Amino acid sequence: MASSETLTAQEYIKHHLTNLTFGSHPESGLGFAHTTEEAAEMGFWAVHVDTMFFSILLGGLFLWFFKKVADNISSGEPNTAQNFVEWIVDFVEENVRGSFSGKNPMVAPLGLTIFVWIFLMNLMDLIPVDLIPWTFQHVAALFGADPHHVFLRVVPTTDPNATFGMSLMVFIMTIYYSFKIKGVGGFVGELTLHPFGKWGMPANLILEGINVLSKPVSLSLRLFGNMYAGEMIFILIALMYGPSVVLSLAGAASQMAWAIFHVLIITLQAFIFMVLTIVYLDMAHQESH
Amino acid sequence: MELAQAVVYIAAGIMLGLGALGAGVGIGVLGGRFLEGAARQPELIPMLRTQFFIVMGLTDAMPVISIAMGLYLLFAV
Repeated sequence: MASSETLTAQEYIKHHLTNLTFGSHPESGLGFAHTTEEAAEMGFWAVHVDTMFFSILLGGLFLWFFKKVADNISSGEPNTAQNFVEWIVDFVEENVRGSFSGKNPMVAPLGLTIFVWIFLMNLMDLIPVDLIPWTFQHVAALFGADPHHVFLRVVPTTDPNATFGMSLMVFIMTIYYSFKIKGVGGFVGELTLHPFGKWGMPANLILEGINVLSKPVSLSLRLFGNMYAGEMIFILIALMYGPSVVLSLAGAASQMAWAIFHVLIITLQAFIFMVLTIVYLDMAHQESH
Repeated sequence: MELAQAVVYIAAGIMLGLGALGAGVGIGVLGGRFLEGAARQPELIPMLRTQFFIVMGLTDAMPVISIAMGLYLLFAV
């Protein structure tokens, strides 16, 4: 930690779980929040600058890399980057073929974007927890900020705002295609006529409404929960480093073990988000029975 | 120990324990069925493995959320 005063374990964890928030405070005006309470007082329109920065940075990185490979594509002897990109594109295409039965040219690119983007955002979890925040604190201290009140969370998917943003977009697309493919009558019919027939309309609407609304919530909470738990365990392992050599070595071993296991989780969660997006859009494209 | 703190520890213990219990039963059943299917039709193993991992990720989500919240209660509150 940047400051020379010792932090308790609780302060350390809380510091790591606070976003760098920019917003309009009712008393001190426009600026960065210095404490968690200040961030909460900023209300709805406060922006998590770190989440925005890292997610847009990684999205740009993904677009830049794939565009570069696509521009230099050759049918003769592909280089390593082209093989790699083709492998990912094939993998996503295969999954879309397998679970999407309608006709929509947008679903496969959407699946590719979701998969690679979420994977990159989750990958930030494997960077040692203190590395980027510590560097950022020191840089901010050079510009006169109190390093104790500079927060940074590097994994955008541990912020529910990011995951809910993505799942709400998927939700809006589902509703849009439901109306477009099935028509207003078809979609309303699917919501109101399904389990009990037309005399049980209110009960049908409640059941189907819960069904529709639970999709974006579970989609985003699943990703958020997994990443948050992973980050939390990395932070707890980081607490083991200290003057005791035995405990530090145990911390190093457990960090390694958890990181290796986490490689599986981050890929799996990106993959699940992609598959569920495809499945939800497929449901929106099916004609009602 | 104050009562409030003791209750937090008990709550964290229940969250961690029940989360582990549910995930253990769920993934155990899933893995057993996966092995049965793989033994019956070994040529389907690649497809079954993909489905296995998807369903494992779905099963895993709720326990992991409860474990994260439990650890947060235990160490940060």
